[in-house]
Amino acid sequence: MEQVLTSFIASAGFGILFNVPKESLIKCGFVGTIGWMGYLGLTEAGMDLVLATVLSAFLVAVISQFFAKKYKTPIIIFTVAGIIPLVPGGMAYDAMRNFVQNDYNAAINLAAKAFMISGSIAMGLVFSEVVNQLIRKSKLGLRK
Amino acid sequence: MKQQLKYDIMEVCLLAGKLLLESGAETYRVEDTMMRIAASFGIPQSHSFVTPTGIIFSIETSEPTKTKLIRISERTTDLKKVTMVNRISRKISEGNVTLDEAYEMLMEVKTANLAFSFPIQVLAASISSGCFLIMFQGKWADFIPALAAGGFGFFVLVFFQRLLQIKFFTEFLASMMIGLISLGLVRSGAGTELDKIIIGSVMPLVPGLLITNAVRDLMAGHLLSGLSKGAEAFLTAFAIGSGIAVVLTFL
Repeated sequence: MEQVLTSFIASAGFGILFNVPKESLIKCGFVGTIGWMGYLGLTEAGMDLVLATVLSAFLVAVISQFFAKKYKTPIIIFTVAGIIPLVPGGMAYDAMRNFVQNDYNAAINLAAKAFMISGSIAMGLVFSEVVNQLIRKSKLGLRK
Repeated sequence: MKQQLKYDIMEVCLLAGKLLLESGAETYRVEDTMMRIAASFGIPQSHSFVTPTGIIFSIETSEPTKTKLIRISERTTDLKKVTMVNRISRKISEGNVTLDEAYEMLMEVKTANLAFSFPIQVLAASISSGCFLIMFQGKWADFIPALAAGGFGFFVLVFFQRLLQIKFFTEFLASMMIGLISLGLVRSGAGTELDKIIIGSVMPLVPGLLITNAVRDLMAGHLLSGLSKGAEAFLTAFAIGSGIAVVLTFL
């Protein structure tokens, strides 16, 4: 429960930092909460971090697309806020810390993992875009 | 079509593109918007080449192709401006806006200061930091230290960004400040887990948006934008990391 609340506030807070229009702040928080809940649920069910990130980024992107279409705003507004909780900031920090402490093996390990995760965030986003385009194009094809 | 009119159309397209790029829109959105605006003013053939530091735009008509280049030196994230330019471009596409009106509306967006006030931004950063601490399984006892460190770090970031033009250095200073405050609070007994506090407070500085945008651009075939955004993100991450590292070496 506290996770729901904090992820909502954190995402909305980021909305303020990125200067999202005021009326979108609540929706940003909502997207962020759903993404984080998906991620938490999947990782606690024992799923691999990378796969869980791909799936929750996908989830975030799908909801953002829905919102973007409904409210006629650029999709980036919602994806940014929704994705921030998934960004592997902690892991990148751990990697840096190990670099400083001259433990290069652990550091490279963590850095590679952080890179994989940020890649998988992008993968999730791109996937949803692909699916969206497929749906749109196939509908157009039917109409012709 | 008269010569001057074509240049005016280019001017409007480029202004829209510039505003979008400076406010942190995606590369494909910038290109798409400029070409749409050109098309709705009667120029179906246009090409754009967008990188994070400049836009090249050319229109093809019966006369020789006209091309213009503008330089982008400032990049921030201001999604409200992106939304507004997007709205204007929609209106233009619907066809009920003249060229002059479009130009005026875009200029209005350009000069408007739409940002949330500075205290609110700092407050948002510090509250987000605290919330991130909880999200990363931190203890509630560390909530206040993360609040303080995150807020102050962000304050330092924005404050020095106004004085210095070097982004790398301001980020370095901000993360060093976060490290120092967190360390001080933990040493004095106000905080318990140093790692968690630092991770939470650093989050407002982390270039998460840049990294994901970079990978997306790369996948979409915008190779140059992708690489340069990636480089920018890496520099930022490196600045944050080294700021923290400097503090940690004093442990």
